[in-house]
Amino acid sequence: MEKELARSVSNPPDYEEVARSRKFKQLMNERKKFIIPFTIFFIVFYFMLPILTSYTTILNTPVIGDITWVWVYAFAQFVMTWVLSIIYIRKAAVFDKKSNEIIEEQLDKGGIDS
Amino acid sequence: MNATVIFFFLLIVAGTLVITYWAAKRTKSTGDFYTAGGGLTGWQNGLAIAGDYLSAASFLGIAGAIALNGFDGFFYSIGFLIAYLVVLFLVAEPLRNLGKYTLADMINARFDAKKVRGAAALNTIVIVIFYMIAQLVGAGALIQLLFGIDYWVAVLIVGVMMTIYVLFGGMTATSWVQIIKALLLMLGTVIISFMVLAKFNFNLVYMFSEMKTVTEHGADYLKPGLKYTDPLGTISLMIALVLGTAGLPHILMRFFTVKDAKTARSSVITATWVVGIFYVLTVFLGFGAAAFVGSKAITSANTAGNMAAPLLAEALGGDFLLSFVSAVAFATILAVVAGLVLSGASAFAHDVYGQIIKKGKISDRDQMLAAKYASFGVSVFSIILALFAQNLNVAFLVSLAFCVAASANLPVILYTIYWKRFNTSGAVTGMLTGLIVSLVLVILSPNVFSPVPGEAMFVGDPIFPFTNPALFSVPLGFLGGYLGTVLSKERDPRRYAEVKVKANTGYRE
Repeated sequence: MEKELARSVSNPPDYEEVARSRKFKQLMNERKKFIIPFTIFFIVFYFMLPILTSYTTILNTPVIGDITWVWVYAFAQFVMTWVLSIIYIRKAAVFDKKSNEIIEEQLDKGGIDS
Repeated sequence: MNATVIFFFLLIVAGTLVITYWAAKRTKSTGDFYTAGGGLTGWQNGLAIAGDYLSAASFLGIAGAIALNGFDGFFYSIGFLIAYLVVLFLVAEPLRNLGKYTLADMINARFDAKKVRGAAALNTIVIVIFYMIAQLVGAGALIQLLFGIDYWVAVLIVGVMMTIYVLFGGMTATSWVQIIKALLLMLGTVIISFMVLAKFNFNLVYMFSEMKTVTEHGADYLKPGLKYTDPLGTISLMIALVLGTAGLPHILMRFFTVKDAKTARSSVITATWVVGIFYVLTVFLGFGAAAFVGSKAITSANTAGNMAAPLLAEALGGDFLLSFVSAVAFATILAVVAGLVLSGASAFAHDVYGQIIKKGKISDRDQMLAAKYASFGVSVFSIILALFAQNLNVAFLVSLAFCVAASANLPVILYTIYWKRFNTSGAVTGMLTGLIVSLVLVILSPNVFSPVPGEAMFVGDPIFPFTNPALFSVPLGFLGGYLGTVLSKERDPRRYAEVKVKANTGYRE
């Protein structure tokens, strides 16, 4: 559908105008607010594992039987990946809606803020 | 070789050839050839991405690493998995929105400069060739073990098959071989894991207590530090794993095989589930192999531990399961090298020939022809190198490929999408710094120099201490891109506005 809409425009839109528009700026802000904290979180969570195993023995304490915290931490990384990807999909749907609005209201009309 | 092995082997060969025949009829344009016409659905592409990750290195390598080194082997699984989050959150959608066939397309959406495209193509070619030689040499050795045929015959079989898939079936054949292999691999892994769990009465606590006593490492087997004793070396490896994946050209190319960013996103999700489940199961494969095959039998078959999974299959399910797993391993190798040929060919034919030499003025028919010549060339070149490399220890080439991807490609990808001031000089210096630093540090590392004869390519003391230099080369790649940018006056806010709008909305003119 995007392609069909795009075909109706012959001249490229004014991208700087769109980039300056309130709606686009708002989208960028929301994206930043979502992506930056989550990225920092998963990078820190990931690197804490080799840091903790290399410099401490804290993860060698048992949880249940002979299963130690290091295994629980490792599996928590899997759970984190699945949870974050679900959160991402949900949030991305919101962004999609806003992106499409920007395309329809501005880009397809040559980039004028309505 | 017994009849069951031959049967499965031929089944894989015949099956993939049928797919290629079917795909060949659907491969009519350059877009079909490089990206299957962008017509894969989210789950199809997701399985294909998963297939690209589930290479012989993951299936055989990680199972072996866990069997021999306990928890330390599991680091690989975690690194590859978290890499998906980097791809999903930072790279996949902008890449799909900006690019066409290759990584260089995406970077060139911002810079219309031949040198930028050239540098990006060079990185792709270097990564693909290194990765491919490692895969082919590994494949030759493995098929030699599995089917008892000579190394050179094994390399030729794999080489000829991959050339046929790519030459006739392009991305459509490569993707479907990848999808079917991913399903077979999951099936095999689930069956073996189930059998391992059954041996431990489906009791995880019991399994861990048993694992404490069955290996020669005793309780240390379940603790980290068995293999990776150097803290900075471990962290360096973890950097290469998590950032390298997001810069590997054959993985990135997969995002062009779907119609839009939304589908790219859903394919990453499918891949995350498939690969995540697989990597959890690598624990059972590794534990099972350690318990029911034993480290002595594993290392006597192959010192790197690559035979752990096939031997476990034999121990649990006899000849039949061994044959099945061997055939799946064979299919795995075929599918991954085919994907590598395609991304190498796209860098040669699309970036260097089509865009730089012909300046984009080339008919679709000529482009496709160039792509086929390039695929053929890349295949033949890699096969010849692999034949000569038989007796060299080339396993380090994989870590080199990851390192170049993390240090040379990822910084420039991120700067292109997210940094307003970034410019052509920065792109070129960033890519070249990452590439050169990675190459030099790996050459000086224990991968190439070892005081113990036979452990590395040359005998001697390594000048650089870490097997994986990502800890240094990744920051230097970022620094190179930064300095190259701020030291040159060039800036183009207009173009960045366009890239920013397109990358974030998915708008195409």
